[in-house]
This record gives sequence, structure tokens and C-alpha cells, in this order.
Amino acid sequence: TSTMKLILIFSALFGACLCLETFVGHQVLRIKTRNEEEVKQLQLLESLEHLELDFWINPSTAALPVDVRIPANNVQAVKAFLESHGIEYSILIEDLQVVLDKEKEDMAYGQQRERSSNSFNYGVYHTLDSIYAELDHLASEYSNIVSKFQIGQSYEKRPLYVLKFSTGGSNRPAIWLDAGIHSREWVTQASAIWIAKKIASDYGIDPSVTSLLNKMDIFLLTVSNPDGYVFTHTTNRMWRKTRSKNPGSVCVGVDPNRNWDAGFGGPGASSNPCSDSYRGPSANSEVEVRSVVNFIKNHGNIRAFLTLHSYSQLLMYPYGYKCTQPADYAELHALGRAAASSIRSLYGTTFTVGSICTTIYQASGGSIDWSYDYGIKYSFAFELRDTGRYGFVLPASQIIPTAEETWLGLKKIMEHVRDNPY
Amino acid sequence: AAMEVPLSHGLASRAAALATGYLCYRRGSPGRGLALRSLRRARRQDIDDVGHKYYLELELEDVLDKDSTVICTAEVLYHLGNKNIAPDVQFTLEGELKNTDEADNIFYNRIKSLEKELVAENIPDSHGNVPPEMEPIRLLAWVASGYVIWQNSTENTKFQLAQIKHVKQVKRSDEYLEFDYMILLHDMVSQEIIPWEMTVLWHPQHGVQVTQDSRQPKHA
Repeated sequence: TSTMKLILIFSALFGACLCLETFVGHQVLRIKTRNEEEVKQLQLLESLEHLELDFWINPSTAALPVDVRIPANNVQAVKAFLESHGIEYSILIEDLQVVLDKEKEDMAYGQQRERSSNSFNYGVYHTLDSIYAELDHLASEYSNIVSKFQIGQSYEKRPLYVLKFSTGGSNRPAIWLDAGIHSREWVTQASAIWIAKKIASDYGIDPSVTSLLNKMDIFLLTVSNPDGYVFTHTTNRMWRKTRSKNPGSVCVGVDPNRNWDAGFGGPGASSNPCSDSYRGPSANSEVEVRSVVNFIKNHGNIRAFLTLHSYSQLLMYPYGYKCTQPADYAELHALGRAAASSIRSLYGTTFTVGSICTTIYQASGGSIDWSYDYGIKYSFAFELRDTGRYGFVLPASQIIPTAEETWLGLKKIMEHVRDNPY
Repeated sequence: AAMEVPLSHGLASRAAALATGYLCYRRGSPGRGLALRSLRRARRQDIDDVGHKYYLELELEDVLDKDSTVICTAEVLYHLGNKNIAPDVQFTLEGELKNTDEADNIFYNRIKSLEKELVAENIPDSHGNVPPEMEPIRLLAWVASGYVIWQNSTENTKFQLAQIKHVKQVKRSDEYLEFDYMILLHDMVSQEIIPWEMTVLWHPQHGVQVTQDSRQPKHA
């Protein structure tokens, strides 16, 4: 019987002593069972205690793989058993000790870095509190060029924090960059904080960033819609709008990118409070929008207005509220194409360039239409990764590549703004 | 006569998304999902009293193996007037799609031999994670949503599957696998997230079928 066969195979190895506290040569196998019969075989294996098998995932159902750590001197025997029963497996870890040694190394390095800088992981999605803590950290670590200030409060009274990157001067020409106006577009807030770190750490090292900050300031609003962002963490991952109450309606929130004073009330925005593109009762009704408008107007010297959205991989210029070309169409289109080229140079990610109206849809009350009509010539809206495979729930592993390529596009535009004062 | 549509134009990208959804439904399986890699050419024709017809050339990729691509020529006809008729889609494929028989059979057998019906939620989760053993379940929804997208598209919509909220296997006595899905569709044009319920049947030799589907009310 197969049980007898089992006992015969392993009796030769009975009594192996695991006195050493190492995992040299231990392998971790992932076993794919196809039916209940195979699961039973594994459960039999599990019962042989002298094999010292350590199941990381126990055999229970054929639907799930079984992961098991096998001491070095039993590896061949277990594999022989599996193969003789036609049970499929793959090697997850060839030598566990190698993995553990690397992990220890990484942790030591990480602890060292933690002491010297911070432990903020740019490659994962963070809560609002965590992002806000990192803003403070950046302002402190790079205090010679980075400062944090507040431009207002959200509907639910959360602070709207802007990072200012400046090497001095008085009211220098400046570039505005914002992210997360639509709260479900998580890769934008995540990219913005990475970009903040990039700008701060590149000053003095990268010639382009250095010359940029020597002439101009950058203002970065990493979370434009903090109420919405918190809501996507606590309640509804797909929330887009603000969280303001709409009198007379059970539905909450206004689409903050239909609420700007640009063609407000026109086609491409809804008058229904329950809609995800509800424009709001009036232009600038949302404090999140009003705060930015007031800041820009009071500053008086903003030369570029850049905003991050996701998803679709688009780089767009005005207009959205009408389908006619802006006066600066030729220059904006050429600059857009240059920026898209820069983006593509890193990982091959292709962005489509065009006006909002022709590229996605007619949309009134949008931010870059307002900024352009206000006189800020270099007004662009980015739609970041991807094109729909994951959409809003972009895997965290894509945050840094997205931020890196987006930064190249932004830099191209900023360099042009720096070199073409108007 | 058909006129060229700039590839960056919203109308072209909507027609391309619709064609891709339809194609994915017709050729997809739990081991194969097709996504649009690039739109290579688009032309549009107004046909009096009939509707708007798009002639498209698309490059599609296998979502599990990005190096595996095919070229697709598709014709999409949006019918005038009555919005309750699904657009007509015809297509031809150039190139070979990877054979997924082995992966399909392994998945089929795994599910068939489950003692308890499979149940899962939020695929991908908020952070974009999909557990490896859920990938075929997710691809099956991707393929089936192609049907729902095709049936409900107009020139003014652009649907994508945003997330699976809930999936429950329904045990059958015949050879088919059956799953009840609650999915979220995202319409890029209106920006709405639309819950949709669909019942999906699948068998390795018989392809994917959506036997019933219904739009669900949005929560306030």
C-alpha cells in the first residue's frame, strides 16, 4: 500500500537531528493539489512528525495551495513522494537561510536609515494622517527649501496643507501642482508625496531642479480633498466628491472639478446632487476649491497650474467647457507632446495628448479651464496610470514607477515655464 | 464615406473600449483576459437612418502575458435612436492567442472539487491586491463584464470593470461552473460607479455566458 511505501521511504531518515538553529538548505515548496485525494495524501504527510514538516499553509481544501517548509535532509524524500503521486509543486524558496540572512541585512539597513532619515514607505498607500506626518517630516528635514502652510480647511474642518519649495526671493514666479482633488484617485496623492521628496532631495544635485528653484517657487497641494480621501479609507473606496451636505437631498458631496468658475452650469456637469459629477449649487461653493482660488489670486504670480488625476494616461490642456481651441493651442500641444515623450522614455508608458473636450468629454467647471482663463497660460491636467486594467485600485507596486515617470513629464513642463517667462 | 478620427479623440477611445469588451467576452476565459494595448486607426461613418459606424484597428494584449499580443480589426455600429439595442460588433483577429486549456482545466477541477462554495469580496482590494488563487475568478468577471459593457454601451459611455464587490459560487449538478457576481462598473464619461449584478456560467469547452444581469441602484 502507499502508506507502507511512505513509511519505508522515510524510515531511513528517521532520527535526523535538528540541533542547529539554522535553516541552511531548508526549502519551501508550494504544492498545488487538484482534488480531495491529493489533499488526503498531504494530510498523511503532515502526520509524519519525524519529518519535521512546517506547514505555512495547511492542506485543507483543493482550492488553496499548500506551502510547507522542509528541513534540508528531508527535501529529496518529500519531493520523491510528491512526484510518485503525481502531485504538482514548485519551489517557493530554494534555501531559507539565504532569505533570512538577506532579511536581517535589510532590516539593519532599514533601521540605520530610520535613524538617519525616516521610515515613510513611498511604495504603499497611506492614510491622511500618515501623509500629513510626512509633510511635516519633509519640511523639517529640508527646512532650507521646504516649508508647510495652510490655505484653508475642508468642509469637515481638516487642514488643507501646501508645501512651498523656495530658495528665497520675494513672491517669485511660481508653479502650482495639486493632487487628489478626486479622492478615489489614490495614485495621485501617493505620487505627489513622492514628488515632494524628489524635488526636495534633488535640489543642489540635479542641475535642472536646482536652476528651477533658483528662479521660481513651487507650491504643492498633495491632498486637495482630505474629507473624500478619509472617506475612501473608512467607507467607500470609490468616493470621488467632497463630503459637503446638499440641502434638501440625501446625497452628499460635490464634484470639486466641476465647481470652478469656468463655464459653470454648462454641459458636462450634472445638476443632480446624487451624481458623481454634481457641479454644486454655485461656482466655488466648495471650500476646497475656494481655498485654492483665493490662494492663487492673493499670490498673484502663479505662472503654471498643474493638476493630477487618474486614470487613463492622458495629458490635457484647456478647454473642457467648450470644444474650441485655446489661443495658445500650438504651444500647449507641443509642450504636452514633449512631456508625454519624457514620460514614455522611462517605462514606455504612453500618454495621449489633447484638450479635455476632444480627448475625454466636455466638462464644465474644471480647474485648468479656470486657471487658463484667469491668465495662467501653462495649465495642464494629467490622468495617470493605468488605462483600466486596475483603474482606481492601482496596485501599490506601481506607485513609484508612476511617480517617477510623471515627474519626468512635470519637469519638462516646469523647465519650459522657467525658460519662457511671460 | 468613412472619415479618419484622430486617435486621441474621445469618440475613438470609447468605440475601442467597447470593441475590446466585446472581444474579451467572446475570446476570454479564466485563463485569458484581453486588454487594449493601443488604438492604431479609427474611422467613422454616419449612416443615414441607421447610426454611426466605426472602423477600428486595435492591438490587444493578454493581461497575463503582456508579450502576447494580437491585432484586431473591428467594426462597431451604434444604432440611432433606440438606446436599448446593443451596438453591433464584428471583428477579425490576426495572430494567435495563447492556448489556455491547461490553466482552464486546473481551475475547473479545483472549483469543481471544492466542498464549500467559493465566496470572496473586494477583488482587487483597496490597494490593488489580488490573491493569486483569485486571479482566475477575477479574469472570469473581466470577461463576463465585457458582455454587460457591450450590451449597455452607447457613444456617450466608456465602461470599465472597476472592482468585484462580491462573488459567490452556485453549485450545479451539471458540468458548468456558476458564479453570482456583484461588480462595480466605472463609466469614464459620466464618472459614475454603477453596481451591477451578473450570473456567469463557464465551462472550458463552452466558453463564458452571462445568463442574467441587472443594474443595481446606487447607494447615496
